[in-house]
Amino acid sequence: MSWETVIGLETHVQLSTKTKLFSRASTSFGASPNTNVNLIDCGLPGVLPSVNKEAFYKAIRFGMAINAQINQTSIFDRKNYFYADLPKGYQITQMDLPIVLGGSIDIHAEESAKTINITRAHLEEDAGKSIHDEFDGFSAIDLNRAGTPLLEIVSEPEMSSAKEAVAYMKAMHQLVTYLDVSDGNMAQGSLRCDANVSIRKRGDKELGTRTEIKNINSFKFIEKAINFEIKRQIKILESGEKVIQETRLYDSSKDETRPMRSKEFANDYRYFPEPDLLPVIISDEEIQKIKDEFPELPREKEARYQSDLGLSAYDAQIIASSKTMADFFDTAVKKTKNYSLLSNWLIGEISAYLNKEQIEINESKLSADKVATLINRIDDQTISGKIGKSIFEEMCLSGASPDEIIESKGLKQISDDGAIEDIINDVIKDNPTQVEAYIGGKEKLFGFFVGQVMKITQGKANPKAVNRILKDKLK
Amino acid sequence: MSIQFKSITELRAMLDDKSISSSELIQESLQLAKKYKELNCFVTMNEKISVKKASSIDLNEKTNSTLSGIPLAQKDLFCTEGLRTTCSSKILSNFIPPYTATAVEKLEDAGSITIGKTNMDEFAMGSSNETSFFGNVHNPWKKGYVPGGSSGGSAAAVSAGIVPAATGTDTGGSIRQPAAHCGITGLKPTYGRVSRWGMIAFASSLDQAGPLARTAEDCAILLNAMSGHDSKDTTSLNSNVPDFLENINQPIDGLKIGIIKEFDISDLDTDVQACFEDSKKNYESLGAQFVEVSLPNISASVPTYYSIAPAECSSNLSRFDGVRFGHRAENTNDLNDLYIKSRSEGFGDEVKRRILIGTYALSAGYYDAYYKKAQQVRRLIKNDFDDVFKSVDLLMTPTSPNTAFKFGSKGTQNPVELYLEDLFTISSNLAGLPAISIPHGQVNSLPVGLQLIGNFLREDQLLNASHIFQKNSDFHLAKPNLEDF
Repeated sequence: MSWETVIGLETHVQLSTKTKLFSRASTSFGASPNTNVNLIDCGLPGVLPSVNKEAFYKAIRFGMAINAQINQTSIFDRKNYFYADLPKGYQITQMDLPIVLGGSIDIHAEESAKTINITRAHLEEDAGKSIHDEFDGFSAIDLNRAGTPLLEIVSEPEMSSAKEAVAYMKAMHQLVTYLDVSDGNMAQGSLRCDANVSIRKRGDKELGTRTEIKNINSFKFIEKAINFEIKRQIKILESGEKVIQETRLYDSSKDETRPMRSKEFANDYRYFPEPDLLPVIISDEEIQKIKDEFPELPREKEARYQSDLGLSAYDAQIIASSKTMADFFDTAVKKTKNYSLLSNWLIGEISAYLNKEQIEINESKLSADKVATLINRIDDQTISGKIGKSIFEEMCLSGASPDEIIESKGLKQISDDGAIEDIINDVIKDNPTQVEAYIGGKEKLFGFFVGQVMKITQGKANPKAVNRILKDKLK
Repeated sequence: MSIQFKSITELRAMLDDKSISSSELIQESLQLAKKYKELNCFVTMNEKISVKKASSIDLNEKTNSTLSGIPLAQKDLFCTEGLRTTCSSKILSNFIPPYTATAVEKLEDAGSITIGKTNMDEFAMGSSNETSFFGNVHNPWKKGYVPGGSSGGSAAAVSAGIVPAATGTDTGGSIRQPAAHCGITGLKPTYGRVSRWGMIAFASSLDQAGPLARTAEDCAILLNAMSGHDSKDTTSLNSNVPDFLENINQPIDGLKIGIIKEFDISDLDTDVQACFEDSKKNYESLGAQFVEVSLPNISASVPTYYSIAPAECSSNLSRFDGVRFGHRAENTNDLNDLYIKSRSEGFGDEVKRRILIGTYALSAGYYDAYYKKAQQVRRLIKNDFDDVFKSVDLLMTPTSPNTAFKFGSKGTQNPVELYLEDLFTISSNLAGLPAISIPHGQVNSLPVGLQLIGNFLREDQLLNASHIFQKNSDFHLAKPNLEDF
């Protein structure tokens, strides 16, 4: 029998605001436990929430980017449940009136393009963290994350494979980082998703019973978790049994999903409108301001790189695909005239290095300024491309500027004809046998002479000048 | 000269002409609190700090603030930094807040001195002060009688003349009803007039802080200090705050007062009725005109309130879970056990009852029938008031259907009996309107209160009408005989 998979994703995007959604405590990642916490975040008696408009602006920017309807009046609701890392005993969220309604995202999976419709996206506050394995006999609570703004983006169930789900999350990652609404750091939990997976007979109209896999936070795990779940469900259906609707967790160490204990999700959340907050209204002026300050998106960047900077479509697409890479390129491009050399380096040498180290360019010791200088030194022939590569290695290690490295290691290219001629004369004098052979027709030996010159100059001789003078001398 | 039973205006004059220092005033106020300890008005005293503040005020001679050096008492649900705040609940019996409520902060910034925190119904849930973890408060007028609630301790402390004024909060009548039962003046301002920051929430959309004092004039003095927009409370109103003393002496010629047809007072005690009829005549002689008005939906106020308030309370009280502050049960097996035991031990019966009612009203399948329906009815009630205020300036009702009653005599078998105490007061909370209770007589040596309800943000009219009444009568000057205490 032929089966068809149906997947919908609920993505939680942590918005990159400086302070929390309903308090002025910092949202910085990695602070000591319970230090980014104020009276509001720990839910003391008598405290009240007050809204951080920046989170609304970011949510609206996202909505505009996916061509959604923006609700300028935001109403909040309380979702009530007890958990130790939920200080108030309720989460402030948006139930009936999400800030973003509808819209769509384009994805590219395995050579094919597809448009995934978005149901809604709403603002809510994150909970804190429970730590169960650090203190013997106790659970610890860290409220640093409590109150951090989240945008929960719900897709329509329109993906049909794990690969498409990954492509959707990649598109989401590109979008939220480009829009500067989130740092998109999946390892730190800034971008995570719940996957709703169901199986039906190919051609069926009705959806099968779905399970929800909670809190997946890497592209790799999304693919693995969904594929495991697809196989598990097909196996159940093929054995004639029924899939149970439930919430499951993906265990990456065992590469399997398993049901969460019923206690953890069997809740009646008793939603009701949050009486501590008046409706938040975003004015037409604020909407206009968001439009005016709208960042350049990947498609627009690609087009600009081709038309204004003369990059190839391929190069433009690669550079624009990552926000950090494009930002780096945009800064560096202001400091050099040789755009194509810069893009070659970014796509070649620099990407190779970043891949090897598994880091983003903003996590490396490279700065746009220094890379532009390197390109300029190659471009103005102070150094050769080959020397450039060794300088680049040094830059990656020490973070030193190319000029410092050229200076301290004496790597400046020898372009002075007189100096090169002197060296060539020595090489000719020292290698009479080879000279004879060359003149006798063994033209392959030309490379030997170039090599000798480079050996003596430690690679610093300007290769073009060496070629020209050598040819002249060996006539 | 004793300071007992003196109003703020009188004490101000004594301070200004140096017949008393602030230190002496505070000492005497603290002495009175001790003397009448049996009334059980206070949960926690603030002796050391208030004495220190008074002496520093005495050293800084010049002041232009009316409240400078005046002793006040704060209802024990306003957070006070470093001073225990219990909500009269076991679950908060060890809670010392790290911050101060805006309303208290504003009063203290104006120079007033908090001498202590007053007893109340647990989490402000009650109309008799009998739900307090710290015991009943006696009505200063009669031992063994309730002072009303939930701001019972504040009302009793003012009534007994220990402090000239105190703060209270009013969710369904919790300022006005105890003011009525204790023979003092109590004002519930417009919802949003006073910031709720630091006020431990019972029902967020109904709670409002306000003053209890001996006179309407003193209420105006406190309201002047307490009011104003607060960026920490987004529901606080961003409207201009007038000087509530400025027009308090205006003649009330032509003032139009509505009598609500749906409140049939002929059912009430004949003496309570007689007070009401007398006050009508009084007002008429002062130039006011009475018209009968209809608020067709107002009779639904009590059930509406008892759907909305418990719903909000059930959520608001979730934070009392024994995890971060307050009472935590010992010997618990897991997180769920910790919740169940801490909350079962920490909350009293009435609080538990309301959490249960509210949880039920919000649960799946019942939300539409209870909470949502109640919100719709609330809107209708508010619309009724909007209509009525097109033709009248104020509305007048009794504050309470009866006078103070004996401990344990109401609501022990059927809680609804006690809920009906709030019949006349609840609708102004649902509509967010200001309302005041002033004394206007006695029945069997127990005070009777008169309620005036004003239009949105028109506390000035309420205070004006009350002040003119008090200038022309002496009900508010009656003092309890405290010899039993």
